[in-house]
Amino acid sequence: MGIAESILLTIATAATPLLIAALGELVVERSGVLNLGVEGMMVMGAVCGFVAAALTGSPWLGVLAAIVVGALFSLLFGFLTLSVATNQVATGLSLTLLGLGLSGMIGEGFVGQAGQKLPSLYIPGLSDLPLVGRLVFGQDPIFYMSIALTVGIMWFLFRTRAGLTLRSIGDNHASAHALGIPVIAYRYLAVMFGGACAGLAGAHLSLVYTPQWVENMTAGRGWIALALVVFASWRPLRVLAGAYLFGAVTIGQIHVQALGYGIPSQLLSSLPYLATIVVLVLISRNRRLTMMNTPASLGRAFVPDR
Amino acid sequence: MKKIVFALAAVLAAGVSVPAMAQDKIKACFVYIGPKTDGGWTQAHDVGRQMVDKELGEKVETQFVENVPEGPDAERVIERFARSGCAIVFTTSFGYMDQTLAVAQKFPDVKFEHATGYKTAPNLTTYNSRFYEGRYIIGQIAAKVSKTGVAGYIASFPIPEVVQGINAFTLGAQTVNPDFKLKVVWVNTWHDAGKEADAAKALIDQGVDILTQHTDSAAPMQIAEERGIKAFGQAFDQIQAGPKAQMTAIIDTWGPYYVKRIKMVLDGTWKGGESSWDGLKDGILTMAPYTNMPDDVKKAAEETEAQIKSGELKPFTGPITKQDGTEWLKAGETADDKTLLGLNFYVKGVDDKLPQ
Repeated sequence: MGIAESILLTIATAATPLLIAALGELVVERSGVLNLGVEGMMVMGAVCGFVAAALTGSPWLGVLAAIVVGALFSLLFGFLTLSVATNQVATGLSLTLLGLGLSGMIGEGFVGQAGQKLPSLYIPGLSDLPLVGRLVFGQDPIFYMSIALTVGIMWFLFRTRAGLTLRSIGDNHASAHALGIPVIAYRYLAVMFGGACAGLAGAHLSLVYTPQWVENMTAGRGWIALALVVFASWRPLRVLAGAYLFGAVTIGQIHVQALGYGIPSQLLSSLPYLATIVVLVLISRNRRLTMMNTPASLGRAFVPDR
Repeated sequence: MKKIVFALAAVLAAGVSVPAMAQDKIKACFVYIGPKTDGGWTQAHDVGRQMVDKELGEKVETQFVENVPEGPDAERVIERFARSGCAIVFTTSFGYMDQTLAVAQKFPDVKFEHATGYKTAPNLTTYNSRFYEGRYIIGQIAAKVSKTGVAGYIASFPIPEVVQGINAFTLGAQTVNPDFKLKVVWVNTWHDAGKEADAAKALIDQGVDILTQHTDSAAPMQIAEERGIKAFGQAFDQIQAGPKAQMTAIIDTWGPYYVKRIKMVLDGTWKGGESSWDGLKDGILTMAPYTNMPDDVKKAAEETEAQIKSGELKPFTGPITKQDGTEWLKAGETADDKTLLGLNFYVKGVDDKLPQ
């Protein structure tokens, strides 16, 4: 394996959890709901994925458990914000706090245990191709899921009737409701989808990225995913670009440090954030298009009047 | 409504009465930077706290708060401990230094101990461990085992404790191979498994075949295991994460110190304004079993460890040249603790520029 290929693989691994969590949140926000609990759902996915894999011996069941737990955990947020119409910001923040605490409790007996790694794809011949073999045919299954999710969500949002309905709810829930669209039901499904994605992103951390469980192992990745959605102005392809840019600059700056050029490491460490924000802001500089993409009802509680 | 108020009052009263019953016990309180099960730095402190529970459980009740960020939040937590009747508060991260001092000045009757810092007060003592003694040993091992002649060092923040480690590692390696190179990556975090793993991968891609770290998770050890290179555990025995990779680990062993100091609080001999800086010989740090290395390397490591314990060998003994080429220590001269505690420069041979 050459160094270029190895670096690209490292970038893909760093970008994948951000991409998946951000895609999930993108769908949630497109439906007009702002869930700040991504970090909490992600860390719950990480711990439950790890624990399920450790108990059953199957990392695949771990992935499944993470997805289910992420979706169930997000239901708590869904019930409070959608059925009881609580403030979305406060509820989302509490979901993050709850997730961080609860995951610590669930995982207490599993710290320091050697985890199981989800096996990477291997196709004899293809995976051994020079340069692209490992990148295209030899990555972990969650990487392929993240690409499929990007394409799937693009198709769903912009090419299907249900996607159009979802976006219309995000833009104006009152009108959608007046048209007879089940606003709350759509939003429940969107929130659960977001939770499932965050859970899957968490599973990537504890079963692929660093196959172990340590408390707070998401280390702020849920927040980066949230920011990506906004800076990518709610477009799936831009989220993909943002996640990979962030991953690439993160890994790039480490390589620059290791080469010993003597550039201040504090500056280098902040580069991924700076670069991602600058690039995504530049991409989204067309104000009219950005306004069109911004879900107009984002974060506003909806109480059906009749 | 009245009923609710009543119930609340009852709960509050119950809450208050619990500490009153336990009045004959003193409280020892700990502030942690990470989760108590981080498999590294904080867990090592928590193992120490559990030792206090076990040995002094009759007279002492311990409390702790995890995940306290360095900065203003820390001051709030430390102050809450001071107000809640803790007899002694241990703050276990370098970045709590100013906050601990501030609270110590506000609460002269409470005793404070701050780990790895250098500011003291009449009721504030600092305690530290000569981690660098262990780093010197692993530097020697690294230079003996490495085939590429380059090791990777994953560092957290450019504070003296970390700089001591990097320098000691380099000096140890140079006793074996004067041209041994060290690549340093600063991840600017104590605890982010993913970032530590990224750094480990990048360093390996650049040709290091030995990894060491001054961050708190076992992720680099795991990457070393996966990529088939060798590594050293940090703060805690990480052999589970790297059964084939870990050659040894520098294990922080705070328990005996905590027990000793709390006993001093109990019998009234505790004094503030001191700085205690123990090393291998006092057992505040211990080396995990030497594994995954040839017998002669193991033997040499054990010898070095014995020499450091006996005081025969001090890692920072001249001649040592600074990275910029100027002389730091003359032949036979040993660095004093004050310089070491404020160490802010590299020795010659470190392939990095120290962030200032």
